[in-house]
Amino acid sequence: MATEILMPALSPTMEEGTLAKWLVKEGDTVSSGDIMAEIETDKATMEFEAVDEGIVGKILIAEGTEGVKVNTPIAVLVEDGEDASALPAAAPAAEAAAEASPAAAPAPAAAPAAPVVDLSPDWPADAEMKSETVREALRDAMAEEMRSDEDVYLMGEEVAEYQGAYKISQGLLDEFGSKRVIDTPITEHGFAGIAVGSAFGGLKPIVEFMTFNFAMQAIDQIINSAAKTLYMSGGQMGCPIVFRGPNGAAARVAAQHSQDYAAWYMQVPGLKVVMPYSAADAKGLLKSAIRDPNPVVFLENEILYGRSFEVPQVDDLAIPLGKARIWREGSDVTIVSFGIGMQYALEAADKLAEEGISAEVIDLRTIRPMDTGAIINSVMKTNRLVTVEEGWPQGSVGSYISSVVMQEAFDYLDAPVINCTGKDVPMPYAANLEKLALITTDEVIAAVKQVTYR
Amino acid sequence: MAARKTTKKPNVSAEELKTYYREMLLIRRFEEKAGQLYGMGLIGGFCHLYIGQEAVVVGLEAAAQEGDKRITSYRDHGHMLACGMDPGGVMAELTGREGGLSKGKGGSMHMFSKEKHFYGGHGIVGAQVPLGAGLAFADKYKENGGVTFTYFGDGAANQGQVYETFNMAALWDLPVVFVIENNQYAMGTAQARSTSSPDIYVRGEAFGIPGEIVNGMDVLAVKAAGEKAVAHCRAGKGPYILEVKTYRYRGHSMSDPAKYRTREEVQKVREQSDPIEHVRELLLSGKHATEDDLKAIDKEIKEIVNQAAEFSKESPEPSVEELWTDIYA
Repeated sequence: MATEILMPALSPTMEEGTLAKWLVKEGDTVSSGDIMAEIETDKATMEFEAVDEGIVGKILIAEGTEGVKVNTPIAVLVEDGEDASALPAAAPAAEAAAEASPAAAPAPAAAPAAPVVDLSPDWPADAEMKSETVREALRDAMAEEMRSDEDVYLMGEEVAEYQGAYKISQGLLDEFGSKRVIDTPITEHGFAGIAVGSAFGGLKPIVEFMTFNFAMQAIDQIINSAAKTLYMSGGQMGCPIVFRGPNGAAARVAAQHSQDYAAWYMQVPGLKVVMPYSAADAKGLLKSAIRDPNPVVFLENEILYGRSFEVPQVDDLAIPLGKARIWREGSDVTIVSFGIGMQYALEAADKLAEEGISAEVIDLRTIRPMDTGAIINSVMKTNRLVTVEEGWPQGSVGSYISSVVMQEAFDYLDAPVINCTGKDVPMPYAANLEKLALITTDEVIAAVKQVTYR
Repeated sequence: MAARKTTKKPNVSAEELKTYYREMLLIRRFEEKAGQLYGMGLIGGFCHLYIGQEAVVVGLEAAAQEGDKRITSYRDHGHMLACGMDPGGVMAELTGREGGLSKGKGGSMHMFSKEKHFYGGHGIVGAQVPLGAGLAFADKYKENGGVTFTYFGDGAANQGQVYETFNMAALWDLPVVFVIENNQYAMGTAQARSTSSPDIYVRGEAFGIPGEIVNGMDVLAVKAAGEKAVAHCRAGKGPYILEVKTYRYRGHSMSDPAKYRTREEVQKVREQSDPIEHVRELLLSGKHATEDDLKAIDKEIKEIVNQAAEFSKESPEPSVEELWTDIYA
């Protein structure tokens, strides 16, 4: 039976090419792998190999022909004894295979008039409260989850024998042993990859980065391996892992140790991104992050580690990811923040109250998935919005929030949204300059006055 | 392929030889068909063919036990076929169809199978090396006796994360076989132009990881070396390196004209060291099979590949809803 040989596509973008040279002639016998012709693409001259065995019955396109469309028959192979002369002349160009019909894009979700927001309390109102530091809360969250699930383990630099560079893992080696609390060499790229691989293999790793600045060495494994594999595998292979550690500026540690990565990780579908402020949230969200079947980037803050908050003493404080918390209700302006930004937001709200301005303060807690409903609901009430974060302005979390509010609550805004951010500079070392580079409470107050026209 | 320090060939039965012949031929015919479908525009993007390297995966799969894991780079079709993944599912993934192993969302470079313990299919050169050590970490943690085959090329061998991984794998005695598929070219760069030492496995010595060179055009030599490496890992002695000298006949990807080597060089390997011809000769000269027996196998393989190709064309494109699924578990 005669087989048509078609003009091949020899690059991802090739639509036509030049049949530069035939290396076989009519009557030649070819077998799989023999080079039949040279074809010039837009990028290079390529050798074209035979796939099937047979005899070259007819050459349909002469060498030197330019602009031969992909899938045009260029020759015909026949079997031994078959009469080539009876073959038709050049057949019309075969129809391009798999003509992609433009897929109808899903209609954009209609702007919610009033989003449904989960306002349920995170713990019973009558729970006994106790003052704990963020450090203790994080350690307790890990210890509780390690007690209840043998597959959870902690890996990182100085997490075991040193008891944690910032003492977050204090006592864990004693309780769980060196099989589950593992000191790594200083090799972020490598151990992040090993941890992701172990998650593919059925474990639930917690990876501590001494700081998130060093996670840049590992960001390929976080994004390309951890975040994308579920999608690339058609849902077969997930990656239950938590990457955690301090993020953002500490004090006087200069440019390479002072970056806020919330906006970087926020962009990645497949990742969840958490950035708690209080000790109760640190505990409840870390427990949920460890249980989550997806990769979670959990951004802590060194300055907050030693700060004490009231933590409910309940058996299992697991706070759902993706749910904002209204710290303070108000009517004149909405201030949205997360992580250490909350410190400035809350201080500003206190001072504004003294001046008779009532601010509603929302702690996002989870940056992705983001509880935009909580923000929009609040803006529909206050009609004014200020966002507060420590990171840089261009492509900030606040700029994303601004675009969402513009699209979904434009008619409710009485003033342009202001994003209070860190300054657009690498972090300086000098004490006075560092102070200037960071966001301040005064800047938040000034922004609120601007949007409330005071 | 000159091979030094290759493990001695074992005795081998006719059935075993026929199995290797069949499995290697399946990979070759599958890849030729993939190349053809690419030429027809049915397969898009990047497509890296495994032709010439068939003995590597077939030999190592023969040394694996049920439950052992494998992970590799983007030149992955051969590995998937060798561990028993469905040719139709692989081909339909290449054509980006619903019936593909990743529902058409991964493509040539990204396929996975929990059932066959195949962990991808990774597109970032070298990234699969720590991932493979991580799979071995999980096996050791769970004390299940499993071994992970972590494949990478001579090009990936220059990535820093490979040596970060060697260090931890040796430090923690992880049951991982590092398989360096040395096909001598990192895309268009010959090994001598990219790599400071003529042999790569020797780099393991710095970490205390034993290793050896294997003739990757000889499936029996690969299998024997694989058995030795696996036994080492399973005995709790930590990782092992196999530097398997092999050769790819086609370009790096479909759009590579391969001008960095001569046609004669490729032709010489094809004529003198082809791994399938090698087994074919063993079968015929040892009177284990007749020409007709082998023709029957050829026909059977051709049928499997044609069916896979048909399936890959007939399977519909994924539904548009699939755009939004599998982002979160």
